[in-house]
Amino acid sequence: MDFIQTLKIALLALRTNKMRSFLTMLGIIIGIAAVIAMMAVGTGASYVISQQIASIGSNIILVLPGSTTSGGLRTGTGGAQTLSSDDAKAVMAECPSVAYAAGTVRTSGQIVSGNMNWSSVVMGATPELFDIREWPVVAGRSISQQDVDGAIKVCLLGQTVAENLFGAADPIGNIIRIKKIPFTVIGVLDRKGQSPQGQDQDDSVFVPLRTAQRNLVRSQRTGIVSSIIVKAKNEELINKAEKEIQALLNQRHRITNSKESDFSTRNLSEILAVAEQSSKAMSLLLGAVASISLIVGGIGIMNIMLVSVTERTREIGIRMAIGAKKNDILLQFMTEAVLLTMLGGVIGIALGAGGATVVSRLLGWPTMISIQSITIAFVFSAVVGIFFGFYPAKKAAGLNPIDALRYE
Amino acid sequence: MGDQKFEALKGVSFDVVAGEFVAIMGASGSGKSTSMNILGCLDLPTSGRYLLDGQDVGGMTTDQLADIRNKKLGFVFQGFNLLARTPAIENVELPLVYAGLSSKERRAQALIAMEQVGLSGKENNHPSQLSGGQQQRVAIARALVNNPAVILADEPTGNLDSSTSEEIMNLFTALNRQGITIIMVTHEHDVAAYAGRQITFRDGRIVSDSLTGQVI
Repeated sequence: MDFIQTLKIALLALRTNKMRSFLTMLGIIIGIAAVIAMMAVGTGASYVISQQIASIGSNIILVLPGSTTSGGLRTGTGGAQTLSSDDAKAVMAECPSVAYAAGTVRTSGQIVSGNMNWSSVVMGATPELFDIREWPVVAGRSISQQDVDGAIKVCLLGQTVAENLFGAADPIGNIIRIKKIPFTVIGVLDRKGQSPQGQDQDDSVFVPLRTAQRNLVRSQRTGIVSSIIVKAKNEELINKAEKEIQALLNQRHRITNSKESDFSTRNLSEILAVAEQSSKAMSLLLGAVASISLIVGGIGIMNIMLVSVTERTREIGIRMAIGAKKNDILLQFMTEAVLLTMLGGVIGIALGAGGATVVSRLLGWPTMISIQSITIAFVFSAVVGIFFGFYPAKKAAGLNPIDALRYE
Repeated sequence: MGDQKFEALKGVSFDVVAGEFVAIMGASGSGKSTSMNILGCLDLPTSGRYLLDGQDVGGMTTDQLADIRNKKLGFVFQGFNLLARTPAIENVELPLVYAGLSSKERRAQALIAMEQVGLSGKENNHPSQLSGGQQQRVAIARALVNNPAVILADEPTGNLDSSTSEEIMNLFTALNRQGITIIMVTHEHDVAAYAGRQITFRDGRIVSDSLTGQVI
């Protein structure tokens, strides 16, 4: 008996009991839809995280000033002003595993351009920072070493700032005032998106480091930076670079016991990798929960197929009498079960994908439907059909034609 | 029946020659159904032999028996046993489906069989749209379609009124004249009278085997 014929018979049988077929499929539909939707949410979350990893730049180590104790009062991390531009230069020059190091200062203030104004983060930066952050300039030029050395009053705008101050107009060459000090706009940075903390990274203005140190931030000594961002040469060298930085800075700060270090280092990629892993584990867990409903759906299929075999005993008898072999009957009922689950699978995939889209629209969650999850769902639904369809089909194939023909 | 051993047939032996029209008669429990099941390769004798078309079917697997039924036998039942919700022509094609024929060959042969039973034009009617007599004709067409060695009819007129019964029996007679071997089980003497030979069973034994009313 050819496959098309088997398929036709199975379709006819399913069509005959439309409502029943639909209700039977419902278990599979819900299961598959749940799996697809859960995986979409999970994959979306880990995709966002990996995008964020990419947005900070890869192989990044952050050096932050430590705490100081003055008169018995200890400040928190970053409270002290222990890191300098020279530290950053030394890290870049002397640590063999380090590709770039950039000292930065950070402040915020009102930025005014003509009759527009906007409050934003202002960063003092050296040219290396944009290499480290892998953050190119899309218009104009970047901050140069001369700008830094000469403490020139120029600035680069993030996309959000540029849009808020200039709209669609070209900001390059215009004068803006940061904390009432005039700066010339020399360039606009590419769009960067959200930081892992959910901040808009495009809502920032960059000025040459020394300009910021002199004019925008107050410090006890000259040349103080609020953090040093370091890029290791490659992924394998991150841990080594971190150790080299610690050793160098301890030496420079004349600290013999590393527990008393007046700075701390943070490996950002590592933190995010952990976050990504946990979100992957979460989506796997959600998928596992959803697949339980698939098993329940499969049991429903088995139940209905058993009823169907009993109902159609006479038909099975007729088929056997006129020459159907055991395998023909087995295949017929298996096909029916698999068709049920696969049809349910397809509807479930559509429903799950639709559900994921609705979730991302309504709740603003990032969702992503991967080909992989669709394939898994489809194969899984077929396997459920084969697994749970086998017993009823076996029962049908094992009927004695004489008894089956006599069945009322 | 349970576990108790019961001899449905005892010392039964007969030959059916190709082209014969045989009626098997007897009261219920006489063994005629059991012999029909054996003749139809639906059941195997616990002892003894059954040669169909010169082939011993004893010791065959269920799949081999299915194949024999498919190729060499045609069944006509009392209750028609057509697949509901399936057009007449597809019911007729069914044995050929299991024989593995292509849909083109199936359709061609089924159309010939439909014509033989006088149902041309009713191909796409569902069984529920046909009269009892027409349904039985579809069943006969289904039995004919694979050019079987024997057509086995089990009370073929049992569910039909007398005038329709007559039609069906005339059809069987006509088919027999074309050379088709027919073995029919019935308990009605006037139906059995159409057959050229009548075998009567009682208590699992053959009590008479006669050519058209003549007791040998």
